[in-house]
Amino acid sequence: MSKLPETPSQTAGPYVHIGLIPRQAGFDIFENNLGAAMLTPETKGERIRIEGRIFDGADALVRDALVEIWQADAGGRFAHPADRQNGPPPDPHFRGWGRSGTDFATGVWGFDTIKPGRVGPMAPHASLWIVARGINTGLATRVYFADEDAANAEDPVLRMVEPARRFTLIAPRALRGGIPVYSFDIRLQGDGETVFLDV
Amino acid sequence: MDLDLEFAPRDAAAHPPALAPIYRSTLLRAPRQPLLSLRSTLTEITGPIFGESELDPIDADLTRNHARDGDPIGERITLHGRVLDGDARAVPGVLVEIWQANAGGRYRHTNDSFTAAIDPNFGGCGRVITDAEGRYRFRTIRPGPYPFPNRENDWRPAHIHYSVFGQGFSQRLITQSYFEGDPLIARDAILGTMPDVAARQRLVATLDMEASAPFEALAWRFDIVLRGRGASRFESVA
Ligand SMILES: [Fe+2]
Repeated sequence: MSKLPETPSQTAGPYVHIGLIPRQAGFDIFENNLGAAMLTPETKGERIRIEGRIFDGADALVRDALVEIWQADAGGRFAHPADRQNGPPPDPHFRGWGRSGTDFATGVWGFDTIKPGRVGPMAPHASLWIVARGINTGLATRVYFADEDAANAEDPVLRMVEPARRFTLIAPRALRGGIPVYSFDIRLQGDGETVFLDV
Repeated sequence: MDLDLEFAPRDAAAHPPALAPIYRSTLLRAPRQPLLSLRSTLTEITGPIFGESELDPIDADLTRNHARDGDPIGERITLHGRVLDGDARAVPGVLVEIWQANAGGRYRHTNDSFTAAIDPNFGGCGRVITDAEGRYRFRTIRPGPYPFPNRENDWRPAHIHYSVFGQGFSQRLITQSYFEGDPLIARDAILGTMPDVAARQRLVATLDMEASAPFEALAWRFDIVLRGRGASRFESVA
Protein backbone atom coordinates (compact mmCIF):
# COMPACT_ATOMS: atom_id res chain seq x y z
CA MET A 1 0.00 0.00 0.00
CA SER A 2 1.17 3.53 -0.70
CA LYS A 3 3.10 5.35 1.99
CA LEU A 4 2.63 8.92 0.82
CA PRO A 5 -0.69 10.46 -0.22
CA GLU A 6 -0.81 11.64 -3.84
CA THR A 7 -0.52 15.31 -4.65
CA PRO A 8 -4.00 16.37 -5.74
CA SER A 9 -4.61 17.32 -9.35
CA GLN A 10 -5.73 20.87 -10.08
CA THR A 11 -7.21 22.34 -13.23
CA ALA A 12 -4.72 23.47 -15.87
CA GLY A 13 -6.83 26.63 -16.13
CA PRO A 14 -7.34 28.84 -19.18
CA TYR A 15 -3.65 29.80 -19.51
CA VAL A 16 -2.11 26.33 -19.78
CA HIS A 17 -0.59 27.42 -23.09
CA ILE A 18 1.94 29.66 -21.35
CA GLY A 19 3.57 26.75 -19.66
CA LEU A 20 3.25 23.97 -22.19
CA ILE A 21 2.85 25.58 -25.63
CA PRO A 22 3.93 29.20 -25.10
CA ARG A 23 3.76 30.12 -28.78
CA GLN A 24 0.00 29.68 -28.68
CA ALA A 25 -0.13 32.03 -25.67
CA GLY A 26 1.49 34.60 -27.94
CA PHE A 27 5.21 34.56 -27.24
CA ASP A 28 8.33 32.69 -28.24
CA ILE A 29 10.59 31.81 -25.33
CA PHE A 30 12.13 28.36 -25.78
CA GLU A 31 14.38 27.26 -28.59
CA ASN A 32 12.97 23.76 -28.34
CA ASN A 33 9.18 23.59 -28.21
CA LEU A 34 8.61 20.15 -26.75
CA GLY A 35 5.89 18.11 -28.37
CA ALA A 36 5.37 20.48 -31.32
CA ALA A 37 6.64 17.98 -33.91
CA MET A 38 6.44 14.21 -33.52
CA LEU A 39 8.16 13.13 -36.72
CA THR A 40 11.49 13.49 -38.47
CA PRO A 41 12.10 12.36 -42.05
CA GLU A 42 13.73 9.21 -40.63
CA THR A 43 10.69 8.10 -38.61
CA LYS A 44 9.37 4.77 -39.86
CA GLY A 45 5.72 4.21 -40.59
CA GLU A 46 2.64 5.38 -42.43
CA ARG A 47 2.14 9.15 -42.10
CA ILE A 48 -1.29 9.96 -40.72
CA ARG A 49 -3.06 12.84 -39.04
CA ILE A 50 -5.26 12.44 -35.98
CA GLU A 51 -7.45 15.45 -35.29
CA GLY A 52 -10.68 16.49 -33.71
CA ARG A 53 -12.60 18.96 -31.66
CA ILE A 54 -13.81 18.93 -28.07
CA PHE A 55 -17.41 19.69 -27.12
CA ASP A 56 -18.82 20.54 -23.73
CA GLY A 57 -22.18 19.51 -22.28
CA ALA A 58 -23.96 22.35 -24.10
CA ASP A 59 -22.42 21.26 -27.40
CA ALA A 60 -20.13 24.30 -27.43
CA LEU A 61 -16.57 24.02 -28.73
CA VAL A 62 -13.87 23.87 -26.07
CA ARG A 63 -11.28 26.22 -27.50
CA ASP A 64 -8.86 26.50 -24.59
CA ALA A 65 -7.88 22.87 -24.03
CA LEU A 66 -4.56 21.12 -24.37
CA VAL A 67 -4.29 17.57 -25.69
CA GLU A 68 -1.30 15.25 -25.36
CA ILE A 69 -0.81 12.05 -27.30
CA TRP A 70 1.24 8.98 -26.36
CA GLN A 71 1.56 6.04 -28.70
CA ALA A 72 3.68 3.14 -29.88
CA ASP A 73 5.82 3.27 -33.01
CA ALA A 74 4.99 1.57 -36.31
CA GLY A 75 6.29 -1.72 -34.93
CA GLY A 76 4.17 -1.53 -31.78
CA ARG A 77 7.08 -0.60 -29.52
CA PHE A 78 7.24 2.20 -26.96
CA ALA A 79 10.41 4.26 -26.61
CA HIS A 80 10.63 3.39 -22.91
CA PRO A 81 12.56 0.83 -20.83
CA ALA A 82 9.37 -0.71 -19.43
CA ASP A 83 8.61 -2.00 -22.92
CA ARG A 84 10.25 -5.41 -22.63
CA GLN A 85 8.55 -6.92 -25.67
CA ASN A 86 10.61 -9.14 -27.92
CA GLY A 87 11.37 -8.10 -31.45
CA PRO A 88 13.10 -5.21 -33.21
CA PRO A 89 13.98 -2.28 -30.93
CA PRO A 90 11.85 0.88 -30.80
CA ASP A 91 12.33 3.37 -33.64
CA PRO A 92 15.10 5.76 -32.46
CA HIS A 93 13.46 8.53 -34.51
CA PHE A 94 10.12 8.45 -32.74
CA ARG A 95 9.39 9.49 -29.15
CA GLY A 96 5.69 8.78 -29.58
CA TRP A 97 4.52 11.89 -27.77
CA GLY A 98 3.15 15.26 -28.81
CA ARG A 99 0.98 18.08 -27.59
CA SER A 100 -1.52 20.33 -29.31
CA GLY A 101 -3.74 23.14 -28.13
CA THR A 102 -7.25 23.40 -29.49
CA ASP A 103 -7.27 26.34 -31.89
CA PHE A 104 -8.70 29.47 -30.26
CA ALA A 105 -10.95 30.05 -33.29
CA THR A 106 -11.82 26.65 -34.74
CA GLY A 107 -11.38 24.45 -31.68
CA VAL A 108 -9.42 21.91 -33.71
CA TRP A 109 -6.48 19.99 -32.20
CA GLY A 110 -4.33 17.63 -34.22
CA PHE A 111 -1.21 15.52 -34.53
CA ASP A 112 0.84 14.66 -37.57
CA THR A 113 2.15 11.26 -36.59
CA ILE A 114 2.50 7.69 -37.80
CA LYS A 115 0.04 4.85 -37.50
CA PRO A 116 1.06 2.83 -34.44
CA GLY A 117 1.47 -0.92 -34.66
CA ARG A 118 -0.35 -3.50 -32.55
CA VAL A 119 0.92 -3.78 -29.00
CA GLY A 120 0.60 -7.39 -27.84
CA PRO A 121 -3.08 -8.30 -27.90
CA MET A 122 -4.12 -4.65 -28.23
CA ALA A 123 -5.27 -3.14 -31.51
CA PRO A 124 -3.33 -0.11 -32.82
CA HIS A 125 -4.27 2.83 -30.64
CA ALA A 126 -3.03 6.14 -29.26
CA SER A 127 -3.58 7.52 -25.76
CA LEU A 128 -4.92 11.02 -25.40
CA TRP A 129 -4.83 13.15 -22.29
CA ILE A 130 -6.98 16.29 -22.10
CA VAL A 131 -6.60 19.20 -19.70
CA ALA A 132 -8.39 22.55 -19.62
CA ARG A 133 -10.19 25.08 -17.51
CA GLY A 134 -13.07 23.26 -15.82
CA ILE A 135 -11.30 19.88 -15.95
CA ASN A 136 -10.05 19.17 -12.44
CA THR A 137 -8.15 16.00 -13.29
CA GLY A 138 -6.75 15.34 -16.77
CA LEU A 139 -9.02 13.07 -18.81
CA ALA A 140 -7.50 10.00 -20.45
CA THR A 141 -8.97 8.26 -23.45
CA ARG A 142 -7.83 6.23 -26.45
CA VAL A 143 -8.10 6.63 -30.19
CA TYR A 144 -8.65 3.43 -32.14
CA PHE A 145 -8.70 3.30 -35.93
CA ALA A 146 -11.85 2.48 -37.91
CA ASP A 147 -9.90 0.59 -40.59
CA GLU A 148 -8.73 -1.94 -37.97
CA ASP A 149 -12.03 -3.78 -37.50
CA ALA A 150 -10.53 -7.21 -36.91
CA ALA A 151 -7.96 -6.02 -34.40
CA ASN A 152 -10.48 -3.75 -32.68
CA ALA A 153 -12.86 -6.67 -32.20
CA GLU A 154 -10.15 -8.49 -30.21
CA ASP A 155 -8.86 -5.51 -28.26
CA PRO A 156 -9.08 -6.20 -24.51
CA VAL A 157 -9.72 -2.56 -23.58
CA LEU A 158 -12.40 -1.94 -26.21
CA ARG A 159 -14.07 -5.15 -25.12
CA MET A 160 -14.48 -3.73 -21.62
CA VAL A 161 -16.43 -0.77 -23.02
CA GLU A 162 -20.15 -1.25 -23.30
CA PRO A 163 -20.88 -1.90 -26.98
CA ALA A 164 -23.17 1.13 -27.36
CA ARG A 165 -20.33 3.48 -26.38
CA ARG A 166 -17.42 1.89 -28.28
CA PHE A 167 -17.94 4.18 -31.25
CA THR A 168 -16.72 7.10 -29.14
CA LEU A 169 -13.22 5.60 -29.21
CA ILE A 170 -13.02 4.72 -32.90
CA ALA A 171 -11.87 7.34 -35.39
CA PRO A 172 -13.13 7.17 -38.98
CA ARG A 173 -10.54 7.54 -41.73
CA ALA A 174 -10.66 9.85 -44.75
CA LEU A 175 -8.02 11.01 -47.19
CA ARG A 176 -7.00 14.66 -47.35
CA GLY A 177 -4.32 15.61 -49.85
CA GLY A 178 -3.30 11.96 -49.99
CA ILE A 179 -2.78 11.74 -46.21
CA PRO A 180 -5.10 9.60 -44.11
CA VAL A 181 -6.86 11.75 -41.54
CA TYR A 182 -8.53 10.12 -38.55
CA SER A 183 -11.23 12.30 -37.02
CA PHE A 184 -11.74 12.02 -33.30
CA ASP A 185 -14.21 14.43 -31.75
CA ILE A 186 -14.34 14.32 -27.96
CA ARG A 187 -17.57 14.91 -26.05
CA LEU A 188 -16.93 15.78 -22.44
CA GLN A 189 -20.50 15.40 -21.29
CA GLY A 190 -23.98 14.33 -22.39
CA ASP A 191 -25.13 12.57 -25.56
CA GLY A 192 -22.33 10.54 -27.07
CA GLU A 193 -20.05 11.26 -24.13
CA THR A 194 -16.57 9.94 -24.84
CA VAL A 195 -15.45 7.00 -22.74
CA PHE A 196 -12.73 8.22 -20.40
CA LEU A 197 -10.38 5.81 -18.72
CA ASP A 198 -9.07 5.44 -15.21
CA VAL A 199 -5.84 3.61 -15.96
CA MET B 1 2.65 -7.54 -17.70
CA ASP B 2 5.44 -7.40 -15.16
CA LEU B 3 3.89 -6.75 -11.77
CA ASP B 4 6.78 -4.55 -10.64
CA LEU B 5 6.03 -2.05 -13.40
CA GLU B 6 2.37 -1.48 -12.69
CA PHE B 7 1.11 1.63 -11.01
CA ALA B 8 -1.14 1.56 -8.00
CA PRO B 9 -4.68 2.73 -8.76
CA ARG B 10 -5.18 6.46 -8.51
CA ASP B 11 -6.65 7.37 -5.13
CA ALA B 12 -9.83 9.18 -6.20
CA ALA B 13 -10.27 10.67 -2.73
CA ALA B 14 -6.95 12.50 -3.07
CA HIS B 15 -8.21 14.53 -6.04
CA PRO B 16 -11.02 16.99 -6.61
CA PRO B 17 -14.21 15.51 -8.05
CA ALA B 18 -14.77 16.24 -11.75
CA LEU B 19 -18.04 18.03 -11.04
CA ALA B 20 -17.73 20.74 -8.41
CA PRO B 21 -20.38 23.49 -8.69
CA ILE B 22 -18.28 25.92 -6.62
CA TYR B 23 -16.03 26.05 -9.72
CA ARG B 24 -18.50 26.98 -12.42
CA SER B 25 -16.42 25.83 -15.38
CA THR B 26 -16.80 22.21 -14.28
CA LEU B 27 -20.57 22.26 -14.83
CA LEU B 28 -20.40 21.68 -18.58
CA ARG B 29 -16.98 20.08 -18.75
CA ALA B 30 -17.15 17.30 -16.18
CA PRO B 31 -17.98 13.87 -17.66
CA ARG B 32 -21.20 12.47 -16.19
CA GLN B 33 -20.37 8.83 -16.85
CA PRO B 34 -17.97 7.11 -14.47
CA LEU B 35 -14.43 6.58 -15.74
CA LEU B 36 -13.79 3.10 -17.06
CA SER B 37 -11.37 1.56 -14.60
CA LEU B 38 -8.87 -0.90 -15.94
CA ARG B 39 -5.54 -2.30 -15.06
CA SER B 40 -2.53 -0.55 -16.56
CA THR B 41 -1.37 -1.89 -19.90
CA LEU B 42 1.98 -1.31 -21.54
CA THR B 43 0.54 1.93 -22.92
CA GLU B 44 0.15 3.40 -19.44
CA ILE B 45 3.29 2.14 -17.71
CA THR B 46 5.39 3.73 -20.44
CA GLY B 47 5.62 7.43 -21.17
CA PRO B 48 7.76 10.03 -22.90
CA ILE B 49 11.36 10.51 -21.78
CA PHE B 50 13.10 13.88 -21.99
CA GLY B 51 16.82 14.55 -21.95
CA GLU B 52 18.82 17.37 -20.37
CA SER B 53 20.12 18.22 -23.83
CA GLU B 54 16.63 19.24 -24.93
CA LEU B 55 16.52 22.04 -22.36
CA ASP B 56 18.62 25.12 -21.74
CA PRO B 57 19.71 25.67 -18.10
CA ILE B 58 18.24 29.17 -18.25
CA ASP B 59 14.81 27.60 -18.85
CA ALA B 60 14.61 27.10 -15.05
CA ASP B 61 15.29 30.76 -14.24
CA LEU B 62 12.12 32.75 -14.87
CA THR B 63 13.83 35.93 -13.69
CA ARG B 64 16.15 35.68 -16.72
CA ASN B 65 14.58 33.51 -19.40
CA HIS B 66 12.46 36.33 -20.82
CA ALA B 67 14.44 39.37 -19.58
CA ARG B 68 14.66 42.04 -22.28
CA ASP B 69 16.11 45.21 -20.75
CA GLY B 70 16.25 44.48 -17.02
CA ASP B 71 14.90 42.36 -14.21
CA PRO B 72 11.26 41.44 -13.79
CA ILE B 73 9.31 43.37 -11.17
CA GLY B 74 8.55 41.54 -7.95
CA GLU B 75 9.86 39.48 -5.09
CA ARG B 76 12.49 37.02 -6.30
CA ILE B 77 12.02 33.53 -4.89
CA THR B 78 13.47 30.08 -5.16
CA LEU B 79 10.88 27.38 -5.65
CA HIS B 80 12.14 23.88 -5.09
CA GLY B 81 11.22 20.41 -3.95
CA ARG B 82 11.27 16.77 -4.86
CA VAL B 83 9.16 14.59 -7.10
CA LEU B 84 8.40 11.34 -5.27
CA ASP B 85 6.08 8.44 -5.84
CA GLY B 86 3.53 7.05 -3.42
CA ASP B 87 6.13 4.64 -2.10
CA ALA B 88 8.34 7.60 -1.15
CA ARG B 89 10.84 6.80 -3.88
CA ALA B 90 12.51 9.63 -5.77
CA VAL B 91 11.34 10.10 -9.36
CA PRO B 92 14.51 11.14 -11.19
CA GLY B 93 14.90 12.36 -14.76
CA VAL B 94 11.37 13.62 -15.31
CA LEU B 95 10.23 16.88 -16.85
CA VAL B 96 8.69 19.51 -14.55
CA GLU B 97 7.16 22.57 -16.22
CA ILE B 98 5.67 25.59 -14.46
CA TRP B 99 3.70 28.65 -15.50
CA GLN B 100 2.42 31.61 -13.56
CA ALA B 101 1.18 35.20 -13.53
CA ASN B 102 3.61 38.07 -12.98
CA ALA B 103 3.94 40.05 -9.74
CA GLY B 104 0.82 42.03 -10.62
CA GLY B 105 -1.30 38.95 -11.25
CA ARG B 106 -1.21 39.27 -15.05
CA TYR B 107 -0.49 36.40 -17.44
CA ARG B 108 1.47 36.84 -20.63
CA HIS B 109 -1.36 35.30 -22.61
CA THR B 110 -3.33 36.58 -25.54
CA ASN B 111 -6.59 35.71 -23.71
CA ASP B 112 -5.80 37.42 -20.38
CA SER B 113 -7.49 40.81 -20.18
CA PHE B 114 -6.88 41.60 -16.48
CA THR B 115 -6.00 45.29 -16.15
CA ALA B 116 -2.67 44.72 -14.35
CA ALA B 117 0.36 45.46 -16.53
CA ILE B 118 2.37 42.97 -18.57
CA ASP B 119 5.98 42.88 -17.36
CA PRO B 120 8.28 43.23 -20.38
CA ASN B 121 10.95 41.23 -18.57
CA PHE B 122 8.81 38.32 -17.46
CA GLY B 123 7.52 35.44 -19.58
CA GLY B 124 6.01 33.30 -16.86
CA CYS B 125 7.10 29.77 -17.76
CA GLY B 126 10.01 27.51 -16.95
CA ARG B 127 11.06 23.89 -17.07
CA VAL B 128 13.64 21.56 -15.62
CA ILE B 129 14.40 17.84 -15.35
CA THR B 130 14.58 16.29 -11.88
CA ASP B 131 17.99 15.12 -10.68
CA ALA B 132 18.92 11.68 -9.38
CA GLU B 133 17.13 12.39 -6.06
CA GLY B 134 14.03 13.70 -7.79
CA ARG B 135 14.87 17.30 -6.95
CA TYR B 136 13.87 20.31 -9.03
CA ARG B 137 14.62 24.00 -8.52
CA PHE B 138 13.30 27.17 -10.16
CA ARG B 139 14.20 30.81 -9.67
CA THR B 140 11.22 33.05 -10.26
CA ILE B 141 9.21 35.92 -8.80
CA ARG B 142 6.27 35.56 -6.48
CA PRO B 143 3.08 35.86 -8.56
CA GLY B 144 0.24 38.17 -7.60
CA PRO B 145 -3.36 37.14 -6.98
CA TYR B 146 -5.85 37.81 -9.75
CA PRO B 147 -9.63 37.91 -10.15
CA PHE B 148 -11.50 35.40 -12.28
CA PRO B 149 -15.08 35.10 -13.42
CA ASN B 150 -16.80 32.53 -11.24
CA ARG B 151 -18.82 33.67 -8.24
CA GLU B 152 -19.42 37.34 -7.54
CA ASN B 153 -15.91 38.31 -6.48
CA ASP B 154 -13.47 35.44 -6.82
CA TRP B 155 -9.71 35.94 -6.56
CA ARG B 156 -7.13 33.23 -7.04
CA PRO B 157 -4.57 33.07 -4.26
CA ALA B 158 -1.03 33.50 -5.57
CA HIS B 159 -0.16 30.19 -7.21
CA ILE B 160 2.19 28.39 -9.54
CA HIS B 161 0.88 25.90 -12.11
CA TYR B 162 2.86 22.66 -12.36
CA SER B 163 2.97 20.03 -15.07
CA VAL B 164 4.81 16.85 -14.09
CA PHE B 165 5.68 13.73 -16.03
CA GLY B 166 6.32 10.52 -14.16
CA GLN B 167 7.91 7.34 -15.38
CA GLY B 168 4.68 6.24 -17.03
CA PHE B 169 1.95 8.21 -18.79
CA SER B 170 -0.57 7.27 -16.10
CA GLN B 171 1.48 9.23 -13.54
CA ARG B 172 0.96 12.40 -15.59
CA LEU B 173 -0.14 15.24 -13.31
CA ILE B 174 -1.09 18.89 -13.56
CA THR B 175 -1.50 20.75 -10.31
CA GLN B 176 -0.96 24.10 -8.59
CA SER B 177 1.05 25.17 -5.56
CA TYR B 178 0.07 27.95 -3.19
CA PHE B 179 2.01 30.00 -0.65
CA GLU B 180 1.76 29.24 3.07
CA GLY B 181 -0.02 31.99 4.98
CA ASP B 182 -2.00 33.46 2.08
CA PRO B 183 -5.46 34.46 3.40
CA LEU B 184 -6.98 33.86 -0.06
CA ILE B 185 -6.28 30.13 0.22
CA ALA B 186 -9.28 29.58 2.49
CA ARG B 187 -11.52 31.52 0.08
CA ASP B 188 -10.39 29.94 -3.17
CA ALA B 189 -13.05 28.24 -5.29
CA ILE B 190 -10.53 25.99 -7.08
CA LEU B 191 -9.11 24.66 -3.81
CA GLY B 192 -12.69 24.61 -2.58
CA THR B 193 -13.48 21.85 -5.08
CA MET B 194 -11.66 19.50 -2.69
CA PRO B 195 -13.72 18.56 0.33
CA ASP B 196 -10.66 17.14 2.10
CA VAL B 197 -8.82 19.88 3.97
CA ALA B 198 -5.72 17.69 4.35
CA ALA B 199 -5.62 17.28 0.58
CA ARG B 200 -5.75 21.08 0.10
CA GLN B 201 -2.91 21.45 2.57
CA ARG B 202 -0.71 19.23 0.40
CA LEU B 203 -0.78 21.94 -2.27
CA VAL B 204 0.60 24.64 0.00
CA ALA B 205 4.30 25.36 -0.46
CA THR B 206 6.08 26.10 2.80
CA LEU B 207 8.57 28.83 3.53
CA ASP B 208 12.03 27.26 3.62
CA MET B 209 14.46 29.61 5.36
CA GLU B 210 17.25 27.07 5.16
CA ALA B 211 17.20 27.08 1.38
CA SER B 212 16.85 30.84 1.12
CA ALA B 213 19.73 32.98 -0.09
CA PRO B 214 20.46 35.76 2.46
CA PHE B 215 20.03 39.25 1.00
CA GLU B 216 18.82 37.72 -2.26
CA ALA B 217 15.78 35.46 -2.24
CA LEU B 218 13.46 33.56 0.07
CA ALA B 219 12.82 29.91 -0.78
CA TRP B 220 9.58 27.95 -0.89
CA ARG B 221 9.39 24.20 -0.83
CA PHE B 222 6.83 22.10 -2.67
CA ASP B 223 7.14 18.31 -2.90
CA ILE B 224 5.05 16.44 -5.44
CA VAL B 225 3.85 12.87 -4.93
CA LEU B 226 2.84 10.82 -7.95
CA ARG B 227 1.07 7.47 -7.92
CA GLY B 228 3.18 4.66 -6.57
CA ARG B 229 3.55 1.21 -7.98
CA GLY B 230 1.90 -1.84 -6.63
CA ALA B 231 -1.04 -4.09 -6.28
CA SER B 232 -3.93 -3.62 -8.62
CA ARG B 233 -7.66 -4.02 -8.11
CA PHE B 234 -8.11 -5.53 -11.52
CA GLU B 235 -7.58 -8.56 -13.64
CA SER B 236 -4.97 -8.11 -16.31
CA VAL B 237 -6.36 -7.18 -19.70
CA ALA B 238 -3.14 -7.11 -21.70
FE1 LIG C 1 -3.51 30.55 -12.68
